[in-house]
Amino acid sequence: MAQEPQVQPQSKAQTVDSVPIALTINRELFVHDGDPETPLLWYLRDDLQLTGTKYACDSGTCGACTVLVNDKATLACQVPMSKLINAEVVTVEGLADHWPGNKRPPATADERRLHPLQQAFIEHDAIQCGYCQPGQLMAAAALLARKPKPSERDLDGIGNLCRCGIYPRFRAAIQQAATVMRESST
Amino acid sequence: MTVDRGKVGMNRRRFLQVLATSTGGMLIGTRVLAQDLAWLPLELLGAEFETLGPYLRIEPDGRIFIGARAPDMGQGTHTALTRMIADEFDADWTKVSVVPMRLAVVDIDGEVRFKLGPQDARGSTSMAQGWDDMRRIGANARARMLRAAANVWRTRVADLHCEQSKVIAADGRTLAYGELAARAAAVDLDDTGISLKAPRAFDLIGQPAGDVDALAMVTGQQRYSIDRQLGDALVAVIARCPYLDGRMAHVDESAALAVPGVVKLLRIEAPDGSEPLGTAQLAAGVAVLATSTWAALMGREALKIDWQQRRWADHSSAALASAAEVALAQPTSGVVVRRDGDVDAVFADTKRTLEASYQLPFLAHVTMEPLCCLVRLNDEHVEIEAATQDPGAVLAVVQRLTGLSASAIDIRFPRMGGGFGRRLDSDHVAEAVLLAQAAGEPIKLMWTREDDLVHDLYRPFAVHHLRAALDRQGELIGWRHQLASTSKNARRGIPPGQLWMSEMYPDALPAGMIENLELLWHGLETGVGCGNWRAPGHNSLAFAVECFLDEIAHKGKRDPLELRLQLLGEPRTLPYRGFGGPTFDTGRMAKVLQLAADTIEWTHRRRNGNGLGIACHYTFGSYAAHAFEVSIRQGKLRFHRAVCAVDVGRVINPLGVDAQIAGATIDGLSAALRQAITIKHGQVQQTSLDQYRMARSADMPRKIEVITVDSERDPTGAGEVGLPSAAPALANAIFAASTVRIRRLPLLPELERLL
Repeated sequence: MAQEPQVQPQSKAQTVDSVPIALTINRELFVHDGDPETPLLWYLRDDLQLTGTKYACDSGTCGACTVLVNDKATLACQVPMSKLINAEVVTVEGLADHWPGNKRPPATADERRLHPLQQAFIEHDAIQCGYCQPGQLMAAAALLARKPKPSERDLDGIGNLCRCGIYPRFRAAIQQAATVMRESST
Repeated sequence: MTVDRGKVGMNRRRFLQVLATSTGGMLIGTRVLAQDLAWLPLELLGAEFETLGPYLRIEPDGRIFIGARAPDMGQGTHTALTRMIADEFDADWTKVSVVPMRLAVVDIDGEVRFKLGPQDARGSTSMAQGWDDMRRIGANARARMLRAAANVWRTRVADLHCEQSKVIAADGRTLAYGELAARAAAVDLDDTGISLKAPRAFDLIGQPAGDVDALAMVTGQQRYSIDRQLGDALVAVIARCPYLDGRMAHVDESAALAVPGVVKLLRIEAPDGSEPLGTAQLAAGVAVLATSTWAALMGREALKIDWQQRRWADHSSAALASAAEVALAQPTSGVVVRRDGDVDAVFADTKRTLEASYQLPFLAHVTMEPLCCLVRLNDEHVEIEAATQDPGAVLAVVQRLTGLSASAIDIRFPRMGGGFGRRLDSDHVAEAVLLAQAAGEPIKLMWTREDDLVHDLYRPFAVHHLRAALDRQGELIGWRHQLASTSKNARRGIPPGQLWMSEMYPDALPAGMIENLELLWHGLETGVGCGNWRAPGHNSLAFAVECFLDEIAHKGKRDPLELRLQLLGEPRTLPYRGFGGPTFDTGRMAKVLQLAADTIEWTHRRRNGNGLGIACHYTFGSYAAHAFEVSIRQGKLRFHRAVCAVDVGRVINPLGVDAQIAGATIDGLSAALRQAITIKHGQVQQTSLDQYRMARSADMPRKIEVITVDSERDPTGAGEVGLPSAAPALANAIFAASTVRIRRLPLLPELERLL
């Protein structure tokens, strides 16, 4: 059976009390000067209004809040801001501009530029209620960064929950995106 | 986009006349003319000359805005309902933007009526309800375009036709809808003669369409109600009594108030039972109001509350199971739901009988988006934004708590992160309104996952006892189905004599197919609130009936598919009282069974130890059959194939139906494998998703093969029918693979116990 989403909060970061915490989110620099124990999830959602990262459980079980921290899939509900000094965070809002190997400049506002995963999710209509989507996308992005040619077993490793049960379409969409990314990097 | 409200105001009369005709004469009278237009989303307001009734707006540049009236919780209404309008309108779908509509009611002397028709999402009815009136809205708008073009060209409407947002004349001239919009809205049109397209002319209906909100979703831009802020709203989380019926004994507030960001604490009284479940708060509690979600959560953590248990202090799932056993031992104590022939006589006469009991636990809804409600109110006006399947019920709750008329209450319901029936209840809305009233400030009430698991309105607990009599040929001649269960109708203002109605259906399979048949219901008392859980009643009944039919087949050494087909008999319609009726078509049921069987190669005997299982069920007017191929090796269950065949009438969006059926299959399997809410010492034992386990991708079949019957019948619904027969088909497949008969859910712990 599947593993739970991976929790990999520790980066090069260190814990400090009440000192402003500088970090990069979607290529922008932010400074957090509130409670250092605030989980990244609530900093993103409440302070920055980056609500693409979803809240769905408190136990680190569901994966809806998955973001990339220094390119690793990370559960934003489990990581306090104090662990994120100088971290590089990518959320679903920044996914389109975060494509390892792709050196494109950030898309402008009126440009509809998508990450191959986002494009594939749309093409496969890998969507029902859509609430777990951002977490699924970010978990898949982290997987493809490690495994450009994932096996079905690799896909089993994405343990993000979806009550709507759209799993088979996620699999197909991730495989399509993987193909597109491999082809475009050669 | 700019909206000139002043212009709308000046032209209100004109606008509403158009509105009246294009809604098919729905409740528009002179009283409505005095109403405000606030209920229309901004995108649909526009200037009146560009607007074709409340559902449609055409911009001069050809963009088309179409209103979606029913809530979308992932079942695809925003896409499918608007495509019905767009198809009849001959709209260029690539230029269409879908706009969720607010609740639109008119208060006529205190009686609330719905301007846009049904705006709830329940019972898989949105497609059936929209099939006629959505198309009429589109056809009406198309007729206006034709008339406007005919006026411009001084020609006859009969010489014109529409295609891709254009009116085309016989000589090839064209006028784009955008150019015609202003003239079209001014057309005086009697809509009685407007005809709908013949099905062969459909160009969107029946074609696959991706979700209209896909782009917003994959880019994180889709705003669910949990993602909204009301500017200065305080975030509220509530420490609710964890016991079924507890009261607050003592609260120490000091530590919570000391948490930075916590603004105030408010108490919520225990419900006094005077209001139906789902319309008032479910539990006593202390609300923490704070400037951020994190501060509210920390404040709640710091609260010290002593609770006092009352009547249900000793309540448990074990006690319910015992009560069920006692009740089932006395058939005469049950409510007679149906009685055909003489079951007692048959059982007395025959030696070939078979009996079995099946136990199903309470289930939680676990919508991925937890409950949430935003409220801003003053003495004259209320704004609500909440994920709800039943905005009309939300309105009633707000009216009761505020005393305001419907016209003073604005209810918005953006797309939801799942519903599954939980959002038919409005207990969270009642909480949020009470808090906003007490605080005198706008409130965003957040539920945590623990709140959601512990304070749900659950799928009823049930023990089914079935007994069958067979004649010498193995034919079914007697059937008694006793169900001891809690009721989702309990504590909802429904007379005690009708509590069975939500749990047992008098005409469900195999009623009408066995000469001597008796259905009995035994009510179980509980302090656990029950509610609608995807395919209510059916999700429990189908498991018992379809597993038992499999047991009968094996006992009589008969093929389980053939037994079912024989029971169904010649294609014919049988009366079906209750939701989904008025008739049930045995031929349609047999067809989906045969399709599922053929697809999984039922007659091809597996020699590798894999097992095949099949089951079918009729839910809300639609027919489904599941067939699975599984194996159990070294105690591990594996899916090899998963098939579901359905007949949902005409398919509006094949991609949507496939998603619903595959998704419901997985949902049904996920619930059956590991999910259970259990009660001990008067409280729910599962407080996190580690304890209430949903299936992950790796646990599920990698592919669900969905087969849809090609049908010209009016559409029914696809949101629920794909669930009930999944669990019994799996249990039957497990029996075929292992000879282990699962009679208690959740299935995996039971399989481990029995292997």
